[in-house]
Amino acid sequence: MKIPFRFMLAAVIISLVLSACSNAASNEDNEKKEQEKTKEQVLIFGRGADSYSMDPQNANEIETWRVSKNVYETLVEYEKETTNVIPKLAKDWEVSEDGKTWKFNLQEGIKFHDGTDFNAEAVVYNFERMMDPSHPARHDATFSVYRGMFNGFKGDGSVIEEVNMVDPHTVEFKLSEPQANFLSNLGMHAFGIISPAALKKYGADIHENAVGTGPFKLESWIPNDSVTLVKNVEYWKENSPQLDKLIYKVIPDNTSRLTALKNGEIDIMVSLNPSDLKSLENDNSYQLLLRPALNVGYLSINNQKEPLNNIKVRQAINHAIDKKGIADAFFYGLAEPVKNMLPSESWAYNHEIEDYEYNLDKAKSLLAEAGYPNGFELEFAVTSNSRIYMQQPTKMVEAMKASLEKIGVNVKIVSYEWAAYIDQLRNGEHSIGLIGWVGDNGDPDNFLYSMLSKNNAVKGAAQNHTFYVNDEVSDLLMKAKSVMDEQERTEIYKQVQKLVHEDAPSVPLVEVKEPVVTADYVKGYIPHPTGAENMDEVTLED
Amino acid sequence: MSSYITRRILQLIPVLIGMSIIVFSIIHAIPGDPATVILGDQATPEAVAELREEMGLNEPLVKQYFSYVSGILTGDLGTSLKTSKSIQEEITPYLMATIELMMMSMIIAIIIGVNAGIIAAWKRASWFDYTAMLVALIGVSIPVFWFGLMEQWIFAEKLGLLPSTGRMNAREPVEALSGLLLVDTILQGNWSGFWDVLKHLILPSIALGTIPMAIIARITRSSMLEVLELDYIRTARAKGLSGFWVLYKHALKNAFAPILTIIGMLVGLLLGGAVLTETIFGWPGVGRYIYDAIGSRDYPVIQSGILIIATIFVFVNLIVDLLYSLLDPRINYR
Repeated sequence: MKIPFRFMLAAVIISLVLSACSNAASNEDNEKKEQEKTKEQVLIFGRGADSYSMDPQNANEIETWRVSKNVYETLVEYEKETTNVIPKLAKDWEVSEDGKTWKFNLQEGIKFHDGTDFNAEAVVYNFERMMDPSHPARHDATFSVYRGMFNGFKGDGSVIEEVNMVDPHTVEFKLSEPQANFLSNLGMHAFGIISPAALKKYGADIHENAVGTGPFKLESWIPNDSVTLVKNVEYWKENSPQLDKLIYKVIPDNTSRLTALKNGEIDIMVSLNPSDLKSLENDNSYQLLLRPALNVGYLSINNQKEPLNNIKVRQAINHAIDKKGIADAFFYGLAEPVKNMLPSESWAYNHEIEDYEYNLDKAKSLLAEAGYPNGFELEFAVTSNSRIYMQQPTKMVEAMKASLEKIGVNVKIVSYEWAAYIDQLRNGEHSIGLIGWVGDNGDPDNFLYSMLSKNNAVKGAAQNHTFYVNDEVSDLLMKAKSVMDEQERTEIYKQVQKLVHEDAPSVPLVEVKEPVVTADYVKGYIPHPTGAENMDEVTLED
Repeated sequence: MSSYITRRILQLIPVLIGMSIIVFSIIHAIPGDPATVILGDQATPEAVAELREEMGLNEPLVKQYFSYVSGILTGDLGTSLKTSKSIQEEITPYLMATIELMMMSMIIAIIIGVNAGIIAAWKRASWFDYTAMLVALIGVSIPVFWFGLMEQWIFAEKLGLLPSTGRMNAREPVEALSGLLLVDTILQGNWSGFWDVLKHLILPSIALGTIPMAIIARITRSSMLEVLELDYIRTARAKGLSGFWVLYKHALKNAFAPILTIIGMLVGLLLGGAVLTETIFGWPGVGRYIYDAIGSRDYPVIQSGILIIATIFVFVNLIVDLLYSLLDPRINYR
């Protein structure tokens, strides 16, 4: 009888002492934190996944670039809020009349973090590393972004034929053919310039070391936990950066990340659940920022499969999908319907196109015209993994299923895990599936050529998941790649969108803005459409 | 005794071979291609084909399996397809993080679970018994992710008492020596670091430890109930021994064998099953490491990761078997 009481008493005392300690400690902690804030500016950036590598050239995912963007710099970069190109390591440039020779004048007096000079030689070394399969600093790297943007490697279709040093501060790119989006491509995060001395020193381990010219230097990387960057005190821009330390911390769960923000453990968080937006409303301790949409979510209709190879059937499906309803129901005001396979902010977006209205009667009569008055069976593929352009994808598909069944299309939903799903689409095994595209550099070519050209409809690795083949569209997209005049390019892309609209190879659904939340004392942070931003102007206010 | 241990270790070989075949077949049977995942869904067809070739994925499956096994036999766990790093090197810090979390959870689960079970058996059919067993039932039934999120919401967001994620305060990082940060901070004499690491451990280890705690409490109770009805307990009490001694010295020793068995099994559950807790609490552990590897079809990491966990599991259960003989002299291994 006595024992349990003693136990309970002990338990009560221990818990009281513990909570007193933790209260005292948390008060102390808070005081300490306050003091630290005044003496050292440390910002913690909460994100869902870790960097894949520290080598931006050999990566193809945003978490790597989010960090590398602040360690490495590119020859040109994008404006703070758009994908318009502005100078960076190159102060200016000129292009020859035939569009095949680009000459860049480089900033002078810039040093890499290891103290070596940034110059034309370094630029040549970096591009040679990416384009030349026999380069000594490659170390099994795949350089998939270089390959994708410049059509292959040296001797295998690379648009960049040579990169030459004209003098120590001038570099010249010779192209095999004019490339209209050349500058946009060069601004991509993957083309950050690495110190050649570091490439030689670290060899294959450049994967986990980082030596660039950027505002921050790599201090440490604890995989799956955090990447810590420290201020580069010798940064070439005056009074920059403002932060002393910038830590990227991995917290995989979206809700936990928000709790960590509210508890002061992190200062910025990306990938907020749209449904959590409400909990932040009217709370002045946070700022809600919206990253401009550089993505399109769409229904990929397999144009090679019966009865989807019938244009009228595809048009009927277009009429049967309530884009506005989907945008409102699943994205909490973050999404807008689109009528083309391009974000509406793009300079090439064809606003004149009249979208397929949500009209079930029209859809039904189109199906009847196509010879399917009683509808047909349709397998609808989906993945349960959310992406920026598809929130709660399974529920989105269920909503679309309800509409399609109203016009007689009998839908069976089949759900796959992400890797298996992508495999399905790339192999053209699906009939219809919900998917999207996230832009890399804001150029329309990056969206339209990738998703609509017949050149990308190769089974096994298709980016054109609809397997839409229209020679006229493919030729126009090819032509637009080398037209240097923007007005003329715009006209070509508008024509492409018109043709695609008529053929209805897919159902363009929505473009989505990503919500980013920061603590109220974070100033100067602007989310960039490409997903990775320069943090050199960010400060923490008292 | 030593021949028994040798025999048990030899038995490990067919277990691990069988397991490696099962894991290998399953992960190769599920659709999805590592080359596609690594290059991103916007990669070109040529790049995917080349990478597959480079990673040896075009070889026949049997050949792939044997080249993997021959690597293991020479002590090489392989190289991650995704990061191109040696798995041995990569997995150690993750494993340490999980072991620290698991040990803390087990300590909490054993201390609370065993004591609650004992008292519930002692005060059978009392309010304490009913409450403890109801709580245990709830404990077994609660989904870990929900419980973890609730803990974070109450103790971090609302009360601000404890940190919600990670192993330490990223602003004042602790230097890792062994990877068990509590031990490391003690070795370094870094007491504020120790306190910080301990605070970070509390919520995840309670979340992870709740189910084992509830299971241990229920097993302890039923095992104690059986023992408490035996004659020698009545004799002990008749001798005038206090309740405490009867329970903890005489009864518990005989009731402990099934509890020990279940603890051994639970270690395996916690090692592999920590993935949810690790995800919610941003814990860089081995569960998440293997889970991510499944997502990116990083075959060598999945295989070697599961192999390591299985080996640890088998060894823990070997230790449990040996402990039986310490508890009960009648058990003799030959």
